[in-house]
Amino acid sequence: MKDWFNKGEHWIWMSSSMVSISVVLVMGLIGMIAYKGALHFWPHAVYEYQVQHNGQIETVIGELRDYKTRDITDSQTGKERELTQYLIKIGNRDVYGIDFRWINDSDFTSGMDTLSKNAIVIERYEYGNVYGHLVSANIGGQKIVDSDVLLDEFKKQVEQSSETRDKIRSIEKYDIGAINYAIEQLRFEEKKLRLKDAFTPEEAKRIEAERAKLQARFHEYQDQTAILYKQLNASGDVTVEIAGGKTLTIPIKKVVDFWLPNNMNLMEKLGFFGHTLGNFLLDDPREANTEGGIFPAMIGTITMVLLMTILVTPMGVIAAIYMREYAKDGPLLRMVRISINNLAGVPSIVFGIFGLGFFVYILGGSIDELFYGYALPSPTFGTPGLLWAALTMALLTLPVVIVSTEEGLSRIPRSLREGGLALGATKSETIMKIVLPMATPAIMTGLILAIARAAGEVAPLMLVGVVKLAPELPVDSITPFVHLDRKFMHLGFHIYDVGFQSPNVEASQPLVYATSLLLVVIIVGLNLGAITIRNRLREKYKALD
Amino acid sequence: MSTTVQSKLDEALNGPAFEKRIRRRNFWDSVSKYGISTGGIGVIFSVLLIMFFLMYVVFPLFVPATIEKSAEYSLPGGQSEKTLYYGVDEYQSSGMRFTESGKLLGFKVDDGSTNFSETLPLNGEQISAYTVVDELKHIVAFGLTDGSVIFAQYGYDVSYPNDVRTITPKVTYPFGEEPLELADGEITHLAVKVFESEMRLAYQKKDSKSIEIKEFTKTESMLTDSITLQEEYTGSFETTNDTSWLMIDTSGRHLYVISKTGVTDFYDIADIESPTLVQHVNLLSGSEKPTVIRFLLGDYSLMIGTNLGNVYQWFPVRDKQNHFALQKIRKFSVGKSPIESIGIELARKGFAVTDKTGMFHLFHSTAERNLGEHSTGDGAAGFVTMSPRADGALVETANGRLIHIAIDNEHPDVSFSSLWSKVWYEGYEEPTYTWQSSSADSDFEPKFSLMPLTFGTIKAAVYSMLFAVPIAILAAIYTAFFMDKSTRQWVKPSVEMIEALPTVILGFLAGLWLAPYMEAHLPGFFSLLLILPIGIIAFGYIWSRLPERIRLLIPVGKRAVVMMPVVIFLGWFALQLSGPIEDLMFDGNMRHWLTASAGIDFDQRNAMVIGFAMGFALIPTIFSVTEDAIYNVPSYLVNGSLALGASGWQTLVGVVLPTASPGIFSAIMLGFGRGVGETMIVLMASGNTPLMEVNIFEGMRTLSANLAVEMAEAEVASSHYRVLFLAGLVLFIFTFIFNTLAEVVRQRMRRKYGSL
Repeated sequence: MKDWFNKGEHWIWMSSSMVSISVVLVMGLIGMIAYKGALHFWPHAVYEYQVQHNGQIETVIGELRDYKTRDITDSQTGKERELTQYLIKIGNRDVYGIDFRWINDSDFTSGMDTLSKNAIVIERYEYGNVYGHLVSANIGGQKIVDSDVLLDEFKKQVEQSSETRDKIRSIEKYDIGAINYAIEQLRFEEKKLRLKDAFTPEEAKRIEAERAKLQARFHEYQDQTAILYKQLNASGDVTVEIAGGKTLTIPIKKVVDFWLPNNMNLMEKLGFFGHTLGNFLLDDPREANTEGGIFPAMIGTITMVLLMTILVTPMGVIAAIYMREYAKDGPLLRMVRISINNLAGVPSIVFGIFGLGFFVYILGGSIDELFYGYALPSPTFGTPGLLWAALTMALLTLPVVIVSTEEGLSRIPRSLREGGLALGATKSETIMKIVLPMATPAIMTGLILAIARAAGEVAPLMLVGVVKLAPELPVDSITPFVHLDRKFMHLGFHIYDVGFQSPNVEASQPLVYATSLLLVVIIVGLNLGAITIRNRLREKYKALD
Repeated sequence: MSTTVQSKLDEALNGPAFEKRIRRRNFWDSVSKYGISTGGIGVIFSVLLIMFFLMYVVFPLFVPATIEKSAEYSLPGGQSEKTLYYGVDEYQSSGMRFTESGKLLGFKVDDGSTNFSETLPLNGEQISAYTVVDELKHIVAFGLTDGSVIFAQYGYDVSYPNDVRTITPKVTYPFGEEPLELADGEITHLAVKVFESEMRLAYQKKDSKSIEIKEFTKTESMLTDSITLQEEYTGSFETTNDTSWLMIDTSGRHLYVISKTGVTDFYDIADIESPTLVQHVNLLSGSEKPTVIRFLLGDYSLMIGTNLGNVYQWFPVRDKQNHFALQKIRKFSVGKSPIESIGIELARKGFAVTDKTGMFHLFHSTAERNLGEHSTGDGAAGFVTMSPRADGALVETANGRLIHIAIDNEHPDVSFSSLWSKVWYEGYEEPTYTWQSSSADSDFEPKFSLMPLTFGTIKAAVYSMLFAVPIAILAAIYTAFFMDKSTRQWVKPSVEMIEALPTVILGFLAGLWLAPYMEAHLPGFFSLLLILPIGIIAFGYIWSRLPERIRLLIPVGKRAVVMMPVVIFLGWFALQLSGPIEDLMFDGNMRHWLTASAGIDFDQRNAMVIGFAMGFALIPTIFSVTEDAIYNVPSYLVNGSLALGASGWQTLVGVVLPTASPGIFSAIMLGFGRGVGETMIVLMASGNTPLMEVNIFEGMRTLSANLAVEMAEAEVASSHYRVLFLAGLVLFIFTFIFNTLAEVVRQRMRRKYGSL
């Protein structure tokens, strides 16, 4: 045994276990996010429990979400004992006031696994889910009780009402939105003219006429939506018996979707999974971001990252070409290189305050004064927004791109450059036509790593443009299509905001896990892409040597 | 045929078209050369801009104030009467002088021309006592010879005739023009404090040793908007002191009776009907005598100017038994000659001092800064008043002149000592390091100590390094030195994958999942520290005793794979032990036991959570640099050692690690640098309280999290904004030092490998 220790065998075991620990932690973490995130989309079984509450037995219908064990002091014996509590999502927030309930295991008088037969879950636009049993529906003045037709009719009505809702939304968002935008532009035009003292009566007339035209169109659309709203209101209602025998009447226009989880087979469950996943990706958030989808956050992230890529690519590549091909090698260049390397290690929040202080307040403030004086005192670019966020992120990821591009350039054999020059090409031709194309994979690697970093970074964005809830998307169909001055939503910030700032943490946790999963998938995917490109690149240069 | 080719070639190479083409190509070559050079230099420059921008924002914090005389004229109303009070409007356009005889003279600050004149309705009496009731609202009270008190308020109306701002001064009487009947004789000393619904008042009559205290309730008349006072309580006490100053502080509970030698009786008048003497103290010692005593903004600190040219700040300090006692807080050495007057700022804890030699001085109390001085002439400088925005002051001189001084003093409240040393703030029991940047009060004393934040930053980084360094370095050693190629190919990227995980996700998991879980399984996490190493070594030893047939199935290079289930089992086992250990050692609940029996404070989001979560995030940084360093140790060194009969581990310790140690050092530096700057994890899982406790069970607030929390709300160009940028600069310098150190060491190591 002494010999075993002398040879340091125990250290080898220890060090090998540290590798295992790291790998287990990463895998465990990713696995946990994947499991908890995917669980958000899976139809949970709905159970029916008999629970003792204040000496009475009551029925609780809901999903089993979590459990925990804690120690409590028994009030009678004074002894500590373990208590397991179960977290039941009971929904029906408008009736109970809460979505979730912790129930002690000793309070259950029934088994824990009684499925509630034919239980229906109705997702609503307000007040969260309803759990209960469908009793009847009132559609077009007709009361339907027959359970065979009931579900079909209900389904049809829900589909119809969500179609109407989509129409209304599209009118309100795109058509009326465009009119509002135009009216706002008119107001600015008028203000601009006034500033220049060129607001003549003719101009006033013209602007007034245009405004009247827009107003008329606005009313037109309003009439259209009024009809649609009427349709929506006429879509009837359903009556559900919730736990405890109470009935609840829900107008169908408030229903997002409904399902009967206990009656689903595996295929249906899979279908439901895909369906909710799709909704999650394509819907707007509801109820202070704790329900609904993450579409605007995704669009915001993608827009910001793309804009950042457009900004960082020329900056990084030009700086790298300069440093590798044109600058004279010497102590100065070495220092610059160290500074750039160091910049990669500077905390991201420092970039955030730089972005806020320099880009937003100084650059943005001056842009406002020069070009948007008519809109002052409400700032256009002198406030956090998409452009500044993208620029800050570009600066943050610049070192990654520079270092990676430089490395790519340095790997290209000297003989190729000399060959180009020997054949009479100028230096710029050699760089553009021979060196750069060969370095593209390296540049790509750098860019992908930059994108992955930018997509996951939150701290600086909190200062330079990300908001909890943006009323408009940063890209839309109104010229100039990409609105650089708008604030936007971001997946990472969404996680922070919903997880930590939301009033209903338990209700929002599954959504945060789902968002995390999406973010992890995007970023891990990008990183894997970068690794693959890097490996292919190495193979390629091996052939060259 | 060859001739035709030749001639064509000649044609192509000599013609004007060719020349043109060459010129064009050369042109583009130089364009791209200069273009890329300027672009490249521009990018590099903009990168360096960050640091200079931070400095540029921070710099004004440490600039001294500029003080300049902007106007001088003879004293409006003449020098024959003493001034009691000056009211100045916010724009420094007009001022109003209250004189001893009750004259109110409005004048223009620019040239001293009088534009307003009124007399207080004294009913033929004389002013015999005077006090400022409310500095911010410009309310003053005058005690009269017939024992009554009259309250006057300075104010002004702003109007814009012809788009020019015009300010008309005015005087109002907040409690009516009728004097309030108090006593039957001349009032010699008066102190008043007005609150939301009541007023407290203390006075002393001529030739009386008794100090009377009264409380009035204010009732507002619905119809006329006038306020009537109703006497509610009354009390009195005999003083042994000869009164020179009588003062009630902001709470209305502390009454100071100060003699002309500085002997002070401190009375508690919380219960007006039975005032109690709390303390009898001499504010000064030796031959030093007070020349002027007044409150600082907030009516809490006493500022005592003396005949020896010092200003002392005293305020009541609460001790452990909840008793208050006046204490000397700090001393400002103004000069050698007696202090004539002290004027205070109305939005900050700054003050101005004039002395016998005619010097005007500017100070800030919390920051203990002497911000500058200005000579007002040869004679003594007298009464001084600061303008509401602290951008100017009015100073009387001994030769009957009034001087208007323009002041540019943006950030007096920040100094090196207020940032990095203990500061005794008003209302605190002792000097402390405190970060508290904002509050709803207007007379709030901002507390800008970067110490708790810097401490929190280092605490978070150190605890996470405790977790990350052993794991990362041991793992790197194994991966680089023992692991076989095929395993390494997937293990290395998967460890490095941690780097890519967004920290907001790690922070979310740490704050919402790990923190409560850890709280419930505390002993389990501690037993991990014991069970994991013991279990691993025990497993290894048992493995070595196994028959060779089984042992050889798994080569050394694949041990990490074997260990995975073992590690999972050990981790699970340790956490399962949590309950039994709690029952056995901690009365069933370790968290409860910690606070109740061990007296250790416990927060759910604490340094231990941060240690695990951020430590996890630091693993890849340290791991990859260390792994690189070990992997690149020249193989003949290793082979030589092995050939001489050393075991694998002996070779590692004796040959590889010494060679790679600079690389490991730089890995640790890089990891530390990253830990210092990490924002989201600490923001979400540390509780964000700016504490200075080493305790692993308490949270902290780091520089970076503080920036994330407060930056968006800080008013641009305010002291708070600049101090936050200073915090950013500190972070920047921190990480810059660590990274440069790491980089330099690494480059030196590379050169060493090259020579080996």
